[in-house]
Amino acid sequence: MKTYTNTGSKDTRSGFGAGLTELGKRNENVVALCADLTGSLKMDEFMANHPERFFQVGIAEANMMGIAAGMTIGGKIPFTGTFANFSTGRVYDQIRQSIAYSGKNVKICASHAGVTLGEDGATHQILEDIGLMKMLPGMTVINTCDFNQTKAATLAIAEHNGPVYLRFGRPKVPNFTPENQEFKIGKAVQLTEGTDVTIVATGHLVWEALEASKVLADSGISAEVINIHTIKPLDDKAILESVSKTGCIVTAEEHNYYGGLGESVARVLSQNHPAPQEFVATNDTFGESGTPAQLMDKYGLNSAAIQKAAKTVIARK
Amino acid sequence: MPNIEELQDLTTQVRRDILRMVHKVNSGHPGGSLGCAEFFVCLYNEIMESKNGFNMDGIDEDIFFLSNGHISPVYYSVLARSGYFPVDELNTFRLIDSRLQGHPTTHEGLPGVRIASGSLGQGMSVAIGAAESKKLNKDNHLIYSLHGDGELQEGQNWEAIMYAAGNNIDNLIATVDLNGQQIDGSTDNVLPMGNLKSKFEAFGWTVLEIEEGNDISSILQGMAKAKTLTGQGKPVCVLLKTVMGNGVDFMMHTHAWHGKAPNDEQLEIGLAQNIETIGDY
Repeated sequence: MKTYTNTGSKDTRSGFGAGLTELGKRNENVVALCADLTGSLKMDEFMANHPERFFQVGIAEANMMGIAAGMTIGGKIPFTGTFANFSTGRVYDQIRQSIAYSGKNVKICASHAGVTLGEDGATHQILEDIGLMKMLPGMTVINTCDFNQTKAATLAIAEHNGPVYLRFGRPKVPNFTPENQEFKIGKAVQLTEGTDVTIVATGHLVWEALEASKVLADSGISAEVINIHTIKPLDDKAILESVSKTGCIVTAEEHNYYGGLGESVARVLSQNHPAPQEFVATNDTFGESGTPAQLMDKYGLNSAAIQKAAKTVIARK
Repeated sequence: MPNIEELQDLTTQVRRDILRMVHKVNSGHPGGSLGCAEFFVCLYNEIMESKNGFNMDGIDEDIFFLSNGHISPVYYSVLARSGYFPVDELNTFRLIDSRLQGHPTTHEGLPGVRIASGSLGQGMSVAIGAAESKKLNKDNHLIYSLHGDGELQEGQNWEAIMYAAGNNIDNLIATVDLNGQQIDGSTDNVLPMGNLKSKFEAFGWTVLEIEEGNDISSILQGMAKAKTLTGQGKPVCVLLKTVMGNGVDFMMHTHAWHGKAPNDEQLEIGLAQNIETIGDY
């Protein structure tokens, strides 16, 4: 079984910051907007390098989305930065009308997604954002799993013409995907080959899925781990090919199972290849204060939860 | 010098377009559209510098954003009569498969429209973004925007108003259609907004009032003055005092025709008060 090494834990938001810094040098049309969270979003370096292309809008996210939409008129490629909660639910109608329906080339970059935001608690921990954003026609939805992938995704979305939601997080997590990888929007990444169960994971749950697959292997279960970084458009083909072989699937995400990756996968399976599926996701709940590790454990978003789901789904075959 | 009589004739024709468009589909918003007919005619014929044809980026030309998208009839009529698309297409307003949606959109590719609007309060931010883009591109042309007065009840406007002054967006002329009416009644009855001039000034804008917002000479004079106020470090607000339903006597001075179409008989009365000038579509 192919194994992966953590080359040093880093936060995914720093991957975004590194990508944005590189974009600033590469593409003079890239502009960045932030709603009073420049440090948290790791946009400082871009701001320092290109003060004329950095726009501090203050604590006014609705205005930020509108300004970003307007800046595309004249050829700019705006990257907005704030927490996932304030990037989506707070400004849904602005995104819907001024960005998505208007077909504007805005990149909505959202940090601190999910419960791993930690101690700030449920007011800041959005678990509904993937659902909100994937429902918008024409919106591309990406949730990256580590520093290197987030940096690569940040570079890739600048080359894509159309609105994008890029979701990443706050805590330091294992960095295990290749440096300077090519990021293909909408293309799943097969991490391990297996025959008994498919595990598709997104965001922080990808490393947990790899950890789970090692433990499962010890008990004789062969898991195929697939990283779905792009939830929309979904790589239906990769999912169907894998499930055709394994006959069952576990989906894993740091999100409510209503509206999440799991439901998107269920749609693909029910239409093409019905198969048992188990969901590792939050169960229609808000989060709470705690450390990221405590919260992942309490809300069933870790390797142990994935192992349990894998055994359950195999038994249902 | 602009020919006021020609602009007046065009305005009368635009009023006929508005009435006929909303009557045909028994829906749409004639009140605010009629109240802004003179403003749109002046804007597209005299005030804005526009290039031939339509390009989304609007480089080296002035750009207009309609924030109160429900007055799409006047917008469509003036766009068509300014050559952005065939005048005959006004026949398709609000019909299935039309580019002339109930509220304006870029989604169907209608030339002249650069943003969807309809859900209120979003246009000021978009206009500011386009203004920032022009500054980055070292393009000295201006951004114009139009907002309903009732629309200012939406909080996003005040985020935008604060941003524009704080960031010296001095290539923007935002006009407020001050007709004092909204769907449920007068703005004073629905939610009093106090002294808008003082409010904009308190936020750091330069404010110019056009007392006769349905008089072509007053509009031309006022907007020419507004242009001279740009480039001085502050955004410019024009408070355009109009009469909702202007030009059709029974529609004037009331909120009743904000979003209601005339019946056959009312259409005939309205058209009789606005005799065909340059030709119906």
